[in-house]
Amino acid sequence: MSAALLPLASFGGAIEFIFSEQTSNVTGGKKVGGFEQAMELALKQLEVTALALALALIVALPLGLYLGHRGKGEGVVIGFGNAGRALPELALIALVAALIGIGLVPVTLALAVLGIPPILTNAYVGVRQVDPAAVDAARGMGMSEAEIIRKVELPLSISTVMGGIRSATIAIVATATIAPLAGVVTLGDFIINASIYGEDGRLAGAILVALLALSLEGLLALLQRRLTSDGLKVKTA
Amino acid sequence: MRTDQTRVRVLLAALAALALTLGVAACGSSDDSTTSGSTDSGEAGAIESNPDNGKVTLTIGSKNFPEQEILGEIYAQALTAAGYKVKSALNLGSETVALKAVKSGQISGYPEYASTALTSFFGLEPEEVPADATEAWEKANEEFEKEGLEAFEPTPFASANAVGTTKATADKYELETVSDLEGVSEELSLYGSPECRQRIDCLAGLEELYGLKFKSFTPVDIGLRYTVLEKGQADLSILFTTDPQLSAEADKFVILEDDKKVFPAGNVIFVTTQKVAEEAGPDYEKTILQVQEGLDLKVVQELDARVELEKETPKQAAAAYLESAGYVGS
Repeated sequence: MSAALLPLASFGGAIEFIFSEQTSNVTGGKKVGGFEQAMELALKQLEVTALALALALIVALPLGLYLGHRGKGEGVVIGFGNAGRALPELALIALVAALIGIGLVPVTLALAVLGIPPILTNAYVGVRQVDPAAVDAARGMGMSEAEIIRKVELPLSISTVMGGIRSATIAIVATATIAPLAGVVTLGDFIINASIYGEDGRLAGAILVALLALSLEGLLALLQRRLTSDGLKVKTA
Repeated sequence: MRTDQTRVRVLLAALAALALTLGVAACGSSDDSTTSGSTDSGEAGAIESNPDNGKVTLTIGSKNFPEQEILGEIYAQALTAAGYKVKSALNLGSETVALKAVKSGQISGYPEYASTALTSFFGLEPEEVPADATEAWEKANEEFEKEGLEAFEPTPFASANAVGTTKATADKYELETVSDLEGVSEELSLYGSPECRQRIDCLAGLEELYGLKFKSFTPVDIGLRYTVLEKGQADLSILFTTDPQLSAEADKFVILEDDKKVFPAGNVIFVTTQKVAEEAGPDYEKTILQVQEGLDLKVVQELDARVELEKETPKQAAAAYLESAGYVGS
């Protein structure tokens, strides 16, 4: 019972850690934590997330839309998607670090690999599910194939496509937590280094990562509403 | 009436039998302790199993890097040989986590560096840590005792952080001591574990106590400390004095002498609670002190080499040590 309540008791300490600097035994008197450092690490986490997501989008979105439009490569897309999701990210970061080194670029690459499968699979599946009659009608109106993808298939499949982007974002932002092991100091620093930040810092790090992930999810949900054409919106009342 | 008498007799016989067995057992155990007591005075006698210890279950912990895991395995296997039931938890993330686990009883004890205990747990500055192992242990033990804890005597070997570099870099900038970095450190990149960045016995100490500024500090996983030097990514990297590479590849890597004593040397002390030590009986401390006697710097570097370079498991390396030193029969 008391063990189960313990995390609740330490919650207060974690919140305090986020807003005011704490003393640490091992830093020679320098204080750690506090709002400034939390923001600095959160911004770094956002930066590497944005870079990795952009890279994943550039690679996976056009490819998924195109393959879905052509109706080809299902085996490749599904197989690659599943294999990609099964890849352990820590091993991937170690591999990329061994191949090209440590720092922002290799971490971005490793995280992008994590974001590609959901974007690719969802774009492919979304476009495949578009009503063929709509595509035929567009073609009959004289649209080029590129126009069909852009003006018909993408708008009609936007909820599935955005679903892939959202899960890629969550995966990337959550996993960016382990980046301090490869030279990029993100919020994971609070979590990995309990000897410096203590248990309060560890919990604070976890809370901040969760908040960051939830806010990104909220932003993307808003974006999805903006992108969904009025005709597709579910009428309420 | 008659049946009653029989019953009493049976009862008496049973009691006598019980008393006899207990008496024999007691003799047996005292015999055991005297024999093992006598081997204790010899330096590398085999560990004797004491059946009494079978009632005690111990959980031996360690932090999650090879040297600690090897030490944890050595203690765990030795205590098993002494007859204890032993479990292990050799994956604790930091000394803070480990100490918490000892205090809460999740683990019975774990090996800690005396210097780390003094700086991390008891807030000493690195330069206040006694250079003498026994003094450091006594000082730590004083503090531990206030909290119901106890630390056993230190190991022969000491481990410390060190600024390391390649032989080529050391030659190029004529580096022998950390102070030699003055004036050139601005051109050199330093790599170290993520926690190094803010620790006074690591980067923070190099900056404050030596007054050094580096071109950059990059946190990396501790397992990559030689890789980054080999690949030329890092000019300097934080190494450990017990690293096997320092003896195996002495022509390639060097460490700089810590002339201002920012990195306190740490002999290992086994940290446990007074309660566990009491419940486990005298063989607990005796076995631990017995098996760590053979652990000098060279032996530890070799053990680290088995795990880090030859890819043995810590379990295999520990077993090989216990066997070759004669603590357990082959």
